Amino acid sequence: MITKDYTILAAQGLHARPATALIRLVKNFKSAVILQKGSKMVKLNSMLNILSMAIKGGETVTIIIEGEDEQEAAIAIDLFFTEQAKEL
Amino acid sequence: MMKGIGVSPGISIGRAFVISKAATTFSGVQLTTNEDIAAGISKFEAAVVSASAEIEAIKMDLNLTLSADELNILEIQVELINDPQIKDDVVEKIETDKKTPGDALLEVIANLVTVFEEMDDEYMSARSADIRDAGARILKYLQNIPPPVIPTFNGDVIIIADDISPSETMTMDLQHVRGFATRAGSKTSHTAIIAKAKGIPAVVACGDDVMMAVEGDLIVLDGATGFIHINPDESALNDYKLKRDALASETEKLKGLKDVPSITTDGVSVHLEVNISGIDDMLLGFENGGEGVGLLRTELLFMNRDSFPTEDEQFEFYKSIALQSKNNPVIVRTIDIGGDKQLSYFNIDAELNPFLGYRAIRICLDRPEIFITQLKAILRASVFGKLKIMFPMIANVQEIRAAKKLLEQAKYELTIQNISFNANIKVGIMIEIPSAAVTADILAKEVDFFSIGTNDLCQYTLAVDRMNEKISHLYDTYNPGVLRLIGNVIEQGAKNNIPVGMCGEVAGDPLATLLLLGMGLKEFSMGPAAIPVIKKIIISNSETKAKQVFSTVMQMDNSTDILAYLRQVTT
Repeated sequence: MITKDYTILAAQGLHARPATALIRLVKNFKSAVILQKGSKMVKLNSMLNILSMAIKGGETVTIIIEGEDEQEAAIAIDLFFTEQAKEL
Repeated sequence: MMKGIGVSPGISIGRAFVISKAATTFSGVQLTTNEDIAAGISKFEAAVVSASAEIEAIKMDLNLTLSADELNILEIQVELINDPQIKDDVVEKIETDKKTPGDALLEVIANLVTVFEEMDDEYMSARSADIRDAGARILKYLQNIPPPVIPTFNGDVIIIADDISPSETMTMDLQHVRGFATRAGSKTSHTAIIAKAKGIPAVVACGDDVMMAVEGDLIVLDGATGFIHINPDESALNDYKLKRDALASETEKLKGLKDVPSITTDGVSVHLEVNISGIDDMLLGFENGGEGVGLLRTELLFMNRDSFPTEDEQFEFYKSIALQSKNNPVIVRTIDIGGDKQLSYFNIDAELNPFLGYRAIRICLDRPEIFITQLKAILRASVFGKLKIMFPMIANVQEIRAAKKLLEQAKYELTIQNISFNANIKVGIMIEIPSAAVTADILAKEVDFFSIGTNDLCQYTLAVDRMNEKISHLYDTYNPGVLRLIGNVIEQGAKNNIPVGMCGEVAGDPLATLLLLGMGLKEFSMGPAAIPVIKKIIISNSETKAKQVFSTVMQMDNSTDILAYLRQVTT
């Protein structure tokens, strides 16, 4: 299991557009990916669940990855949060 | 007359076209057999597939020229239609509660819409419209509702509707649409996004009154103020027509310039930035073509309160600016209180000459605890954007060294607290005291950039109190002495390879643009409204001409002649 914290860099927070990109990214891997904010946890496969967490810019979330390809998934997700998410 | 939220500026006049939706209702039917339940689930799954296919078809339709924003809305729709949470909830209602797939979906969507509408976040509550739209698309295939007739229009029309869904706005023939007025909606609803993208004036959240308009009514709508008139009288109509025409020519001019790079006709690139006190100014400046913040005044943060803001309070403010700065540079000026800016909770003894007194960096160096709190807050925010730090009212090199020492202390304190910051943050000074302007060659070796503050530089150079109306005619930015000081700062900056900007009034004065450009100034920072005007001068002139203007002005001995000459050459 891989766990990592990320600060959301986009001012608007984790809104619908980056959430769409993130869900599509996660679909490429077999591992289960969980998004956690505070005590709330959701699977990273549902736009509604991500949006319902109302994650704002500057907030910190935790990503939990578990599965056979968790290493690869972690690298891709890391790139997403540190680089691509700024563009979205 | 009524008022909603203006979301896309401009004045529209046209005939009402009212789109009313047939309400979808529950059937109340209970499924009885396991076969019915299985069939219900597969019917729902098939409807999801068809609804996604419909969106793919819209995306592929070459007759619709979709913008990036519109494509994004469609992508989000695809995700919502296929959302596993919606599917699980619907399937559960079919299996356990024996609902028809249509009823199950209506219930699930209604619940979600309520949840999102009640969220304490404007953006998220506006997403309820996306969810409703996704639900309606699936429902259409469950209930065999015929596809919506795309309205075609004749003459100028204003669309009046409860809310307008993405599919409607995207497939509508917008050629004759002059405005949108919706009963519901918000600043971030689709109507707002699409109207803005298409440049069509729009007012949302008008309330029930707007639905009283009937087809063919004459509608006047002001997308900036949010006012809507149904069948206005002749004089009101004429007022609006005049306003519309004036506005149309003005915005046309500005709009045309927003994305034009600010480069002279001979290829010299100039950076236009905005002076701000908060986020609203910044966004307005960016909308007008600004490419950074040349001056963030931090005094507002300290005013209208009972005590100094804490490090965290300040950090939140700088962070919000950094996050919304779109990765443009932002120069944060440390507090410039004293002079004409007093704080109720920080008593400064009455002074004979407050502008020559206890103010700005002088207070900061005297009261390091105030200064370090601010520096730590700025440093902490520096990981969220390209922040730079600027010290105001520097008179000599010792002050720079003392301020930098305190900055080092702030960095050290953050380091031992294990808090991240940009260790290489750029540090600059305001040049607004004549001694600093004269010794620019010395000061340049200590800092990463200069920014010329013309307001104070002018009053100190000419010994004219700019608040004293009796002598306001003596406050003269075009005085040859002031111009020579400005010229020296720019020249010394270039010689020492540090960038020089200007954030005083003169940077936004169209008469000074060519002269400053001729002196070699490449960074102009001004109020948001001035940017298009200055940009127009820069893109219509060459640096060669600007250099000639500069050398001609340097031959003149008084500001009256200089101003007359600048008026004549500025085009």
